[in-house]
Amino acid sequence: MTPLLAATSEAAINWHTVMFYVIALCACGFAVIVAMTNNIVRMAFALIVSLAATSGLLFLAGAYFVGAMQLMIYVGGTVVLLIFGVMLTAQKAFITMQTKAGDWILGLLVGGTFLAVLVQLVFLMPQWQSSDYQSVADAQLVAFAQELKSQQDRGEEITPQQRRKLELLAAKASEGMPQRTGEIGLALVGVRADKIESDQPGLAGYLLPFEIVSVHLLVVLVGAAFLARAKRHHHGGNQR
Amino acid sequence: MGEFFAGWFPAGWEFLGYTIAALIQAFLLVNVIALGAFVFIWAERKVSGRIQDRLGPTRTGGAFGWLQSLADGIKLLSKEDLMPKDADPILFKLAPYVAFAASFSAFMALPFASGWVALHLNIGLFFLIAVLGLEVFGVILAGYSSGSKWSLFGAMRQAAQVVSYEVPLGICVIVPLMICGTMDLVAIGDQQRGLFTNWLIFHDPFIFVVFWIYFTCAVASVNRAPFDLAEAESELVAGFLTEYSGMRWSLFFMAEYGSMILVSALAAILFFGGWNGPIPVFSALMDWYPDYLGNCWWFSSIANVFGVLCLLIKASIGVILMMWVRWTFPRLRVDQVITMCLKYCVPIAAVCLLGVMFWTALGVPFFNDLLPAQERALVREGWYKTGEKQADTLLKSLASSTDEQGEAE
Amino acid sequence: MSFLSEPIGLSHYLAVGAFLFVTGVVCMATKRNALGILMGIELVLNGAIVNFVGFASPYFRDENLGLDGHLIALFVIVLAAAEAAVALAIALNFYNNHATIDVDRADELKG
Repeated sequence: MTPLLAATSEAAINWHTVMFYVIALCACGFAVIVAMTNNIVRMAFALIVSLAATSGLLFLAGAYFVGAMQLMIYVGGTVVLLIFGVMLTAQKAFITMQTKAGDWILGLLVGGTFLAVLVQLVFLMPQWQSSDYQSVADAQLVAFAQELKSQQDRGEEITPQQRRKLELLAAKASEGMPQRTGEIGLALVGVRADKIESDQPGLAGYLLPFEIVSVHLLVVLVGAAFLARAKRHHHGGNQR
Repeated sequence: MGEFFAGWFPAGWEFLGYTIAALIQAFLLVNVIALGAFVFIWAERKVSGRIQDRLGPTRTGGAFGWLQSLADGIKLLSKEDLMPKDADPILFKLAPYVAFAASFSAFMALPFASGWVALHLNIGLFFLIAVLGLEVFGVILAGYSSGSKWSLFGAMRQAAQVVSYEVPLGICVIVPLMICGTMDLVAIGDQQRGLFTNWLIFHDPFIFVVFWIYFTCAVASVNRAPFDLAEAESELVAGFLTEYSGMRWSLFFMAEYGSMILVSALAAILFFGGWNGPIPVFSALMDWYPDYLGNCWWFSSIANVFGVLCLLIKASIGVILMMWVRWTFPRLRVDQVITMCLKYCVPIAAVCLLGVMFWTALGVPFFNDLLPAQERALVREGWYKTGEKQADTLLKSLASSTDEQGEAE
Repeated sequence: MSFLSEPIGLSHYLAVGAFLFVTGVVCMATKRNALGILMGIELVLNGAIVNFVGFASPYFRDENLGLDGHLIALFVIVLAAAEAAVALAIALNFYNNHATIDVDRADELKG
């Protein structure tokens, strides 16, 4: 992780930025291929690469658990899409379904306008256009270290709490931030590690949404199995 | 390593140093797969030969035929690279690389010794399992794009098999995760330091069962016999590999051997102490001569080299076990494969998960506690460790600068 | 070279999210294949995930969404998987009834 964020202001290349551009180009380029091609299996392949590249973006933003989850569930889930694509369209006639030219023009017109508006909006906020995370983290670390030093000069010992804070700041400056897997796990069972002093301690977590999603998944499982069950043909003699 | 190379370059160009470090790490990892395949292809021939009461290769490169893999490689290189007329050309060419890339990128998060890992993630285990599941894409793409019904059948079987076996594999992997309380593979390995009784396989009787379920699912998910339905040569010619030849075919082969090494190494880390030998020679030495060895920079490196050896030996035993299974058992039928997964592996794994949960919660002693064990919770995740290390150096530099100031005054 | 040495900000993530979203919408609008439309939906949800995680990342803003962003992104992923399962079942039923997955042929209820 260090190389990604270690590049300071005088560096010729900010590794984090370069990685971002490469991965973002990959995600966007393959998304365009998904929209452009008519061959369903190639579309599925491009979609997989695009989703995997997006999980790379999530890793770059520090959301490690979400990134791995995306890789596992989302990308793995598209395997099923791919299989269905192959099964339903293995005949030549279905593999390529041409889109009408009118649809294309209309779609691109609306989409292009929408994209232009969105991108303009996104770049409106000046404080969003660049991040000073690294310089701020470095400054915090140096300031706290100097504070400790002056404390040592006065002959006072460094307390364990102060040492812990120094560790956290040092890790923040070099590694980026805690990879918050444990906190996510705790939040899913209803405990917010980052909002312990919240005024509504019971409602801060995500236990209820988690339960709802679990039940929802079960319902979906049953429903999908019911919808997709094989049709019974009534000419057979052994039907009940 | 990145910092070391970055020191070579002037300010502002440190990224060249990091690039060199990254390239070296990638080179080492590629060699783990390539040399692993080289050795294990030879080993597979010898093992199968011995199991079938013959000698295996004896002439190529000396008495044991140990250059047989090289000869195989030259043969494959000189083969004509065919592509069927009906194939989808882009996907047909891409499929081997997809399979190989998935197998290779899973190695990124695999630690070979304490701290010797290309990508130290706090969710290393989860990442590894997720990436390992992507290899099936290569197989499906190969099967579809070949434009042959044998290939398509093979790919469909592989997809069904891998998707269903991911469930018990996931449950099995959760068990060591639950005991260690972390998904950081380095921390999981380090928590098993000490005598071999500290290994997780000796944690309780349930986890012993879990290991065998893990092993079964691992064999199934890397598509080896008796679960190699995707390339069942007696039914499907060669399954998804039917239309491949030459280097493309050998890329699939390397990917398969790469995943075999990977799942075996993962089993070694999760259940058999990873890079920790059965008897902790190096930490014992460290305890006896703390003054001398504690400051030795090369001592920990040597310990880590032996750790890598330990891990590789354990992984090789796993791979050879897979070969033994392959040449002993007949191939299962499709319905038997799915029955095996859904009716046996999943319920047994789930029961064992519950068993381990209660065993851990109640704190029942087992082999782990026979000999003085180490406190697992004391081994923390890597993220805190870096902070600690840097805080130490910072405090040291603070102290030294204070001393200098004192002298100057 | 300058844009490579500048640290990226939240805007860049939002721009990628917007691009994925629009590509997904165009994909949904133009495809006649039911599975293609499903893939468009996946892209749209993907753009939303990128936005949530961008807003949650402490690299870009001090006042970030934090854990909430991560958790909502997780729920989006899980619900997308569920939605894909149901939509696939519907597509399969459609195929069983019409022997095609061309959505333009699903016009029997049109008056």
